[in-house]
Amino acid sequence: MNGVDRMTVADGGTAGIAGTALLTVRDLGMTFPGPRGTLRRKAGIKAVDGVSFDVRPGETLGLVGESGCGKSTTGRMLVRLLDPTAGRVDFRGKDITRTGQRELRPLRSKLQMIFQDPFASLNPRQTVQQIIAAPLRAQGAAPAAIRREVRDLVGLVGLAPEHLERYPHQFSGGQAQRIGIARALATRPELVVADEPVSALDVSIQAQIVGLMERLQRELGVAYVFIAHDLAVVKHISHRVAVMYLGRIVEIGDKHEVYGNPAHPYTKALLSAVPLPDPAAERVRERIVLLGDPPSPANPPGGCTFHPRCAKAQDICRTEPPLLQITTAGGGRQAACHFPEA
Amino acid sequence: MTLLEVNDLAVEFNTPEGFVRAVKGIGFTVERGRTLGIVGESGSGKSVTSLAVMGLHRGAEVTGSVRFEGTELLGAPEETVRKLRGRRMAMIFQDALTSLHPYFTIGDQIAEAYREHHGGTRKAALARAVEVLGDVGIPEPARRAREHPHQFSGGMRQRAMIALALSCEPDLIIADEPTTALDVTVQAQVLELLMKIQQDRGLGIIMITHDLGVIARVADDVLVMYGGSAAEQAPADTLFTAPRHPYTRGLLDSLPRLDAEDGEALRSIPGSPPSLLNPPAGCAFHPRCPVYAATPSPLCTGERPLLRQVAAGHQSACLLDGVTV
Repeated sequence: MNGVDRMTVADGGTAGIAGTALLTVRDLGMTFPGPRGTLRRKAGIKAVDGVSFDVRPGETLGLVGESGCGKSTTGRMLVRLLDPTAGRVDFRGKDITRTGQRELRPLRSKLQMIFQDPFASLNPRQTVQQIIAAPLRAQGAAPAAIRREVRDLVGLVGLAPEHLERYPHQFSGGQAQRIGIARALATRPELVVADEPVSALDVSIQAQIVGLMERLQRELGVAYVFIAHDLAVVKHISHRVAVMYLGRIVEIGDKHEVYGNPAHPYTKALLSAVPLPDPAAERVRERIVLLGDPPSPANPPGGCTFHPRCAKAQDICRTEPPLLQITTAGGGRQAACHFPEA
Repeated sequence: MTLLEVNDLAVEFNTPEGFVRAVKGIGFTVERGRTLGIVGESGSGKSVTSLAVMGLHRGAEVTGSVRFEGTELLGAPEETVRKLRGRRMAMIFQDALTSLHPYFTIGDQIAEAYREHHGGTRKAALARAVEVLGDVGIPEPARRAREHPHQFSGGMRQRAMIALALSCEPDLIIADEPTTALDVTVQAQVLELLMKIQQDRGLGIIMITHDLGVIARVADDVLVMYGGSAAEQAPADTLFTAPRHPYTRGLLDSLPRLDAEDGEALRSIPGSPPSLLNPPAGCAFHPRCPVYAATPSPLCTGERPLLRQVAAGHQSACLLDGVTV
């Protein structure tokens, strides 16, 4: 329905068939330098560690997790707003992790980003016309073509032509996010990385923006990496989902499998912690309440990083970090757990 | 006796941009051992309501009636309100880091609040602080009481705020988005804690949130606010299974849900929440209302609709109630 081969999408893992993936991420890592110590720097903070996944044309991969899990850092590395310290990202078969800025430019038009705070990401001194035209000018388009294109784009995202001469502060949060989306789509990207694009918006406006992004995907065939902490929004918009914990992917697969039958205890606990808008269901619901807070990435626990909060933890979990692998839960979904749910 | 009874509460104030009527005559009651959920989007007036009830509205014109165990608080001497605030009714805010003082230890802050109302020695107050920190599930409370807010994680800080609120054994707690800044697994812990404390002590709670999931989890009764007015009021079960106001229905339809059937499109509400500076005439929701769009009525642009009984214990402020589209 989205121009995506459902068979391909159903392959939840990272072992995608070469050539079908739009974006291939392998062993991606980001270690931020540690604080300065008395004699030398303290150990760095591993914000992202060994992350691998594929994104196929026209699909949405949801990236979920709690604060500090590395989902935003991962997103920023995908568009090279951050340079990874390990691993590689291939976009349309080309390694973009070690490419110079000049070489990167033609690829940038196909790889765009939408941010959480639309006001912080729009220049307050520019009109909507100037904001949306910027990426087109950077690509060297002719002024007449730019004007025409910008008009089409504001219509596409549900704004009116009279909005073009206004400034960002004259818009509501939802409208401002539409401007951010129009700018991201100006160069007809094949992949848009959206980092918490609806979390700053009111509930009634969230649905508008999610609906808009879904419609644009159907019409333009654009793929999304949709980064969010809201599990319900991610479930709604994604085809496949990756769950992150302390810098690593703990489970990845088709959304129906991950949500319907989670294999990793963390995924299970996370889903059970979301309150449902249904009082009758809430009263009888079985809830796994995790103890404590997510640990700091500056000082992660050994072995499986989830073991201090995991009810199933055994000796091996304290010493051996589990690998992300296909589980018996089926469907090609992968989980990083020594004792996955069957 | 009813713990808290609010009638015809209105809050108005001047801003640099103009005059704002943030709350336009709302009413509700809170009984001991029960939780009233107030749900609304930004600008709905839900937080202003809670501040007005607590007497924390600086420079605003507040009218109507707020009775705590029969004692009228609006217009009462500041001394009367001060004695109740903190002691009998306490507040929990969204952002613990800005609500706690960064210079003082957690223990000192709780002890200070306790002594303000109960007097006694500093030592006794500190012992009380350690006790309530233990009550809210903070491990090693005696040691943690000597730490500063920045040494606490987000979830622990929120627990410390709850401990601060509980230190004087209040009868009413107003919690304004207490879990919004927390991760979902930590939110589950904090909600669990609040519900347990309520059970143990028979507290009345007002839970203010934009999250309908949180409302469904904790609330017995729900007040839905829109543009400064009450749109609908009902027992929680009724509100979620048989919502009457078009705004409530729209809100529930626009919610992505974990328990949804696959492929259900979200039905969003068109437009944006109203501006408080320049609110629409009549019903604040009419410019976005699907019922009004289908059957426009001069009723909706005339008088501001008030809550009306639509079923036992269920009130809705829609003049077109019963009209289906």
